[in-house]
Amino acid sequence: MPKRVETIVMHDSATPVIGDVQKGGGVVLAPLDTLVSQARANALWPLTFGLACCAIEMMCTVASRFDLARFGSEAFRATPRQADVMIIAGRVSKKMAPVLRQIYDQMPEPKWVISMGACASSGGVYNNYAIVQGADQVVPVDVYVPGCPPSPDALIYGIMKLQQKIKRPKGSFRELQLAEGLGRDLQHDDIIDKRISAKAGK
Amino acid sequence: MSATFNPWRDVAKPLLKGFMVTGKRAFKKKVTIQYPEERREQFVRSRWRHVLTRYDSGLEKCIGCSLCAGACPARCIYVEAAENTDQDRRSPGERYAARYEINMLRCIFCGYCQDACPTGAIVLRKDFELANYDRDDFVYTKEMLLEPVREG
Repeated sequence: MPKRVETIVMHDSATPVIGDVQKGGGVVLAPLDTLVSQARANALWPLTFGLACCAIEMMCTVASRFDLARFGSEAFRATPRQADVMIIAGRVSKKMAPVLRQIYDQMPEPKWVISMGACASSGGVYNNYAIVQGADQVVPVDVYVPGCPPSPDALIYGIMKLQQKIKRPKGSFRELQLAEGLGRDLQHDDIIDKRISAKAGK
Repeated sequence: MSATFNPWRDVAKPLLKGFMVTGKRAFKKKVTIQYPEERREQFVRSRWRHVLTRYDSGLEKCIGCSLCAGACPARCIYVEAAENTDQDRRSPGERYAARYEINMLRCIFCGYCQDACPTGAIVLRKDFELANYDRDDFVYTKEMLLEPVREG
């Protein structure tokens, strides 16, 4: 795998610091950790960061029909200093990429990123010189939500996925592998193996 | 317009006005859909996850013609065809799709593939729960897209 992916894994705020696992933090402080992650997962304050048409669906998600407040995420913050999760809603142009990165850097840890829609996740139909082909080239993305644009229920599903990720117990061997950048390669090999065996089965 | 403070005009009246709105709304039907527990009915023509369908006989409808890939504005479909033989028959036509991959992150769910398909093999159904953590998981292979053989 290219080195870029490894650095993204290292930046991922959901992965633990290696030292924590080695010191046994995963054993002694596990109940506290669970409590903290529950609190974090159920009060995700998103950053107002609508870049294009996906933002309309994002606004609709907060409105009364779908009511994102049921998940503790109704408080959209206009400043990155008070936000936990950045929902990249819309295509990221090359001009916007440095701004996106700066705003991500200004968010306090722990922070998460949801890439909403085809354009933010991969460039979508805009495979041209002006659009960044996937926001994960600029910031580490935790959850991708496909769709053009994703309907409010699809976005809520993505937010639920993110909550699951935050609530997941940390300090396991698997997470350690991920933190060291080994897990990704193992996982990748696994996928390739699956594809090869699927081919051979035909 | 008088500049003097009037408790009835400036405090009680606006307050009552506000409570009137709350009072009217309190007994109306609630508009919120409690999404994970109850789902709204998707619109009739809503387009979400792709499915490769089969004939009633169990044969695949897809004949590997790549018209869907040609019609795709996002270029997210990859089709590799192979010849049918009498021993290994997968579709009624001459050829079948040996590989059929859709990049769900690129896909804009426009439904042009469905329109282009001459046999009606690829259809967009209403399963919208597609979010995931990893880029690699979004390349949907033929095994994931193909409808299971119907029982009976």
